[in-house]
Amino acid sequence: MEEILTVIVDGIFYSAWLFVAAIGLTLIYGVMKIVNLTHGSFYALGAYAAASLTGAWIARGYPPMLSYAVLLGSAVIVTLVFAPLIERGVLRFMYTKDEVVILLITYALFLILEDVIKLIWGVDPYFIAEPYGLLGSFEIGGLTHPTYNLILVGIAIVAGVGLTLLLRGTRFGKLLRTVIHDPEVSRAMGINVDRFYLVTFTFGSMLAAVGGAFTAPTVSVVPGIGVEIVVLSFAVIVIGGMGSLPGAALGAVIVGLVRSAAIHYAPAVELFVIYFVMALVLAFRPRGLFSLAEPRKI
Amino acid sequence: MKSDRTLIILGVILLALVVAGPLLPQWAMFLATIAIAKGLVALGLLLQLRAGLVSFGQALYYCIGAYSAGSLGRFFGIGDMLLQMLTGCIMAALVAYILGFLLARYRGIFYGLLSLALSMILYGLLVKSEALGSTDGINILPSTVFGIRPEQAWVRYAVLVAGCAVAFIATLLVDRYLKTPLGQLAPAIKDNEIRVEYMGASVRDAIHVKYVIAAALSGIGGALAATTVGHIDPDMAYWTTSGEFIFITILAGTNSVVAPFLGAAIFGIIHTVAFDISPNTWQMTLGIALLLVIVFLPDGLWSLFTRRKAA
Repeated sequence: MEEILTVIVDGIFYSAWLFVAAIGLTLIYGVMKIVNLTHGSFYALGAYAAASLTGAWIARGYPPMLSYAVLLGSAVIVTLVFAPLIERGVLRFMYTKDEVVILLITYALFLILEDVIKLIWGVDPYFIAEPYGLLGSFEIGGLTHPTYNLILVGIAIVAGVGLTLLLRGTRFGKLLRTVIHDPEVSRAMGINVDRFYLVTFTFGSMLAAVGGAFTAPTVSVVPGIGVEIVVLSFAVIVIGGMGSLPGAALGAVIVGLVRSAAIHYAPAVELFVIYFVMALVLAFRPRGLFSLAEPRKI
Repeated sequence: MKSDRTLIILGVILLALVVAGPLLPQWAMFLATIAIAKGLVALGLLLQLRAGLVSFGQALYYCIGAYSAGSLGRFFGIGDMLLQMLTGCIMAALVAYILGFLLARYRGIFYGLLSLALSMILYGLLVKSEALGSTDGINILPSTVFGIRPEQAWVRYAVLVAGCAVAFIATLLVDRYLKTPLGQLAPAIKDNEIRVEYMGASVRDAIHVKYVIAAALSGIGGALAATTVGHIDPDMAYWTTSGEFIFITILAGTNSVVAPFLGAAIFGIIHTVAFDISPNTWQMTLGIALLLVIVFLPDGLWSLFTRRKAA
């Protein structure tokens, strides 16, 4: 019984992390129909920016409790520097191209950003453990968990609920849904589609960076940190259906619980099982668990 | 007639490699053999790309080929390079035949994502399987040909010659295949599937065949790379490896069966030179090259040749 509880708690933490990492990807796909491999780069950028800025913040002796704000702030800053640059500088010229070609372009950008990160931050690992230890720990079912893990759960809930409310309830959200539905007609109706693309790309990338920033205190930040997150995020959003927010949440929960169960009961299949679920979903419901029928194009 | 000439070009290049081989330094032979191995994989991607399909998991078959070669040595003590390539080819083709029933139903981004998932499944399995060396991978037995072990200084050359021969035969067969009605369906499938169906051809079968051929080629490439490098590890199935193959195919273009080998050679050269000059920016160099090719030469570097001919 206790073991099951541990599996569930671990699974929830992992799901929250996955959701934060993947929700931006599904948002960008949903709005722009771009399969965006630079997502992993933004995760890495967020992690590096957070590690270096928060490290500097703590080294200066500023109040450590505010380091959480610094984590968030560094993710925001680094995305505001890079995302508009990429969207305005490269991607916007490519929207007329094939979906698959755009995928290749983001792959090229991913390769470039990998080295940009190395040029800015070098190849040595960064550690910032302080924010992780600061909050102490709490106990569930006889096992202690770091309270820090709850922050990501909080971010996941805020991001998911916030984004849903934004899409459903605000003028911006309604316009965005129009753009999703039909960019050409939206443009004809006088909606500035380019601006929506810019905002979506920046905001989606920012979510990845936030995921990276808040993961930074729990790991050592090393080159290549974003490489794995891309495929994991794809697994998550493919399971739920690309472009769907509840889908991403469901995908994150499934992957999170499956992986945490695998780690506890069958460590040998830990990685395998995630992609196996992804392949299974693709095999039976290729457009994800939350998909509707789609007309075939002639 | 035109593609006959390109085949002659390939034959001449490979023959030149074989003749000049003994004069080449070891590292150049290594580069050339790896280029041939990767060129074979890229040739498989070319077949799929012509039908508008991008596999983001071709590394699956590259890795199957490599591990088939590795298992031959590890479990049966066989180090014959031709047998390795044959086994790699057969194993990859078998797996592809089975998975093909599933994949042939997919198009566009879903084809890419499913193939990605499948290759990551293999990666996940290999990382944890101790019999196959988990993350450390395994070493390949020293290469032999027809049971004869070449002298140390000649091993690399023997592998190069075997690679050239196999690549030439494979390319010849692919070229033949592309001239058959089944092979010529590819651009039609890319343009409009429903019309192809109305004309009485089965799109699904055509894609299945392409998928199996591509896998067989990748299996050979994987086995060749394994025996060239002498070591294999699960990273051969990781998505970045697949990305590399797509890179090569796009860089070279899909208009000629020779182009993938050219692309692989250029990739190897960019990689080696850029890595040598500045180890931290070689990926950036590759990325920029890929961007430039996609934007300015959508048909790949090969179109530089054909364009000049047309003018």
